[in-house]
Amino acid sequence: MPDRNKVAFYGTGGEKLTFNELYGYARSCGSYLLAKGIKKQPVAVFMQKSPAMIAAFFGCVYAGCYYIPLDAEMPAFRIRLILEAVNPALIICDEATVGLVSEWGFSCPVANANDTFACSVDEAALSAVRDGAIDTDPLYVVFTSGSTGIPKGVVATHRSVIDYIENLSVVLGVTEDTVFGNQSPLYLDACLKEVYTTIKFGSCAYLIPQSLFMFPVKLIEYINENKINTICWVASALSLVAGLGALKSAVPKTLHTIAFGSEVFPVRHFNIWRELLPDTRFIHLYGPTEATGMSCFCEITRTYTEDESIPIGRPFQNTEIILLDDNDSLAKDGEPGEICIRGTCLSPGYFGDVEKTSKAFVQNPLSAFPDLIYRTGDLGRRGPDGELYYISRRDHQIKHMGHRIELAEIEYVANTCPDIGLACAVFDNASSKIVLYYVTGRQGDGSSVLSGNNKNSQHSKSKTEEPSPCLKAYLKANLPRYMLPQVVIELDEMPQTPGGKIDRVSLLGKYMDEKEKKNNERFT
Amino acid sequence: MSVLLEILQEMHDDVDFETHTTLIDDNVIDSFDIITLIAEVDDRIGVTIPADELIPENFNSYTAINALIKRLEDEE
Repeated sequence: MPDRNKVAFYGTGGEKLTFNELYGYARSCGSYLLAKGIKKQPVAVFMQKSPAMIAAFFGCVYAGCYYIPLDAEMPAFRIRLILEAVNPALIICDEATVGLVSEWGFSCPVANANDTFACSVDEAALSAVRDGAIDTDPLYVVFTSGSTGIPKGVVATHRSVIDYIENLSVVLGVTEDTVFGNQSPLYLDACLKEVYTTIKFGSCAYLIPQSLFMFPVKLIEYINENKINTICWVASALSLVAGLGALKSAVPKTLHTIAFGSEVFPVRHFNIWRELLPDTRFIHLYGPTEATGMSCFCEITRTYTEDESIPIGRPFQNTEIILLDDNDSLAKDGEPGEICIRGTCLSPGYFGDVEKTSKAFVQNPLSAFPDLIYRTGDLGRRGPDGELYYISRRDHQIKHMGHRIELAEIEYVANTCPDIGLACAVFDNASSKIVLYYVTGRQGDGSSVLSGNNKNSQHSKSKTEEPSPCLKAYLKANLPRYMLPQVVIELDEMPQTPGGKIDRVSLLGKYMDEKEKKNNERFT
Repeated sequence: MSVLLEILQEMHDDVDFETHTTLIDDNVIDSFDIITLIAEVDDRIGVTIPADELIPENFNSYTAINALIKRLEDEE
C-alpha cells in the first residue's frame, strides 16, 4: 500500500494533492452535495486544470452523482450549449471561473470548490450512497464535437471505466512506481489514463503545463526533473517534440513507457523517438470516446518505413472488434470494414439523444440475441500480420491536434455569424490545416460581390481581399481553440454538386491547387 | 510590412503585433501557431529556428521574434 501522504497529483502551478487530501476533499465535497439534496444528478465541474478539479470529480462520485467536466479555456458559447443540454444540479467552480458563470448569466446554482472541500463529512450519508450504487450508473458525461453543430455528450458508466482501467493498466504495466506526465485536458476521457490508474495503483501524475508543449526542450527538462516515466499523449504532441528538433538537444532520460494515440502518428516522427529511446516501450492506442477511453493497443517494437502505417493492433481484454462491410457482413481479411466495438466498455449512449444513440449503438448483425455494438465510423482492415490497421473516416470527422472534430460543427458556428451566408470547412491532411470557405450574405444573390466585377463563368473564384476580421474574431469567441480554421477564404459563390450539396471535393482540390501555385511563386 | 509581420497577421489578423508584448503569457499564440510560425519563417525568410531557441522569451512579442531571426541570420 502506498503511503497516504504520497502526492497523487501535481498541478501545473506547483500545487500538490496527497492521496489523503484527495480522499478528504472528495468526501467533504460529496457530503456538501448530499446536504444540498443533490444525489444521482449531473454536476458540472468548471475549473482550471488542477488537482482540485480531480478532487471535485470524486466529490461528485461520493454523492452518487455524475460529473460534467468543463474547462476554463472553453468558449462561453460552447459551455452554454453543454449546460443547456445537461441542466446540472450544481456547477462547482474555482476562483478563476466563478466570476465567469455570473458574468455569462447562467442560472444554475454555483458552489466554490473550496467551500465544498471544507464541508464536514457526513459518514452516514456517504455510506448510504455507496450501498445503493450500481455499476451501470453514469460516472461522467464528456462532450465531443457533434455533426449537427451541437456538442454530443458521451456517457460513461462506472463499469465501463473500471473495465477500461483494468485492461489499460495491464497493457501499460502500471505500478505504484509509475509517474505519469499528463497531457490531456481534464474535460476529455483521455485523462482517465492518468487519473483513474493513479487512484487504483497509488502511482502519481504530473499535470503538465500546457505552455510547455510550445517549448519542447523545456518540456523534456520538465520530464527529467520530475522523473516522469510514463506518458500517454496524443500523437501530435509527440510529433511536435520530434518535428521541432527538440530531441536533438535534449533527451528524456526517465521515460520507460510511451503510449500515443487519438490520431495518426507520422512514421518519420515516430522513428526519431524510437531511435533515440531504443529501450523504451512504445504503445499505440486506438479507441473512440463512445467505447470509454481506448479500445485497441499495439506494442511497437520496430521502426517503420514511410509507406507503412503503424497498426492499431488488437482489442484490450474483454473487448471485441468486428469489421463490418457495406452489407453488414464480416469483412474478409485485408478488406476494409467499419470498425465496430463490443463489450462492457460501451457507453450507454449520448446524453439526452435517443435518436443519435440508436444510430451509433446498434444491434450486432452477427448475433441472434440482443447484443449492442458501437459503430465507430472508422474504416479499418486486418493486415497479413493479423493486426488491425486504421484506414480513414467514413464521414467528415477529422482529428486535429489530438482532438476529434466534426467539420460540420465549425460550419454551424460560422453560419451563425451575422455576415455569413454559407460556410464550408475542409481539412488539408498534408499540412494539417482546417480551411474555411465562405460566402457573405445570401448565396447567389450577389449582394456582397465586388461591384463592377464581371462575374466569371467559372464558379468559386477566390477574392483577393483578406477575410473579414469580424468572422475570425467571431469564430475565436465561439469555437474551442483547436477547432479554429487556420485559413479563411471568401468566395463569390459556393461550388455545388449536381445534387445541390456543397462540393467539398472541389473546394479541397481548389485549396490544394492554390497552395501549390503559391509555393511555386515563392520559389521562382 | 515585414515578412514576419505578414506571417503573424495571417495567423491572427485581430492582434496588434507591433504593440503586444505578452503573446505567450496571454496565450495569444498557442502550440499550433508556433509550429506554423517556424515553418513559415523557414519557408519565407529562410531562417531555421532550432529547438534550443524555443523559449517563451523569444516569442512574447514581435520585437523579440524579429530579434531572434536577425540573430540567427547573423550567425549563419
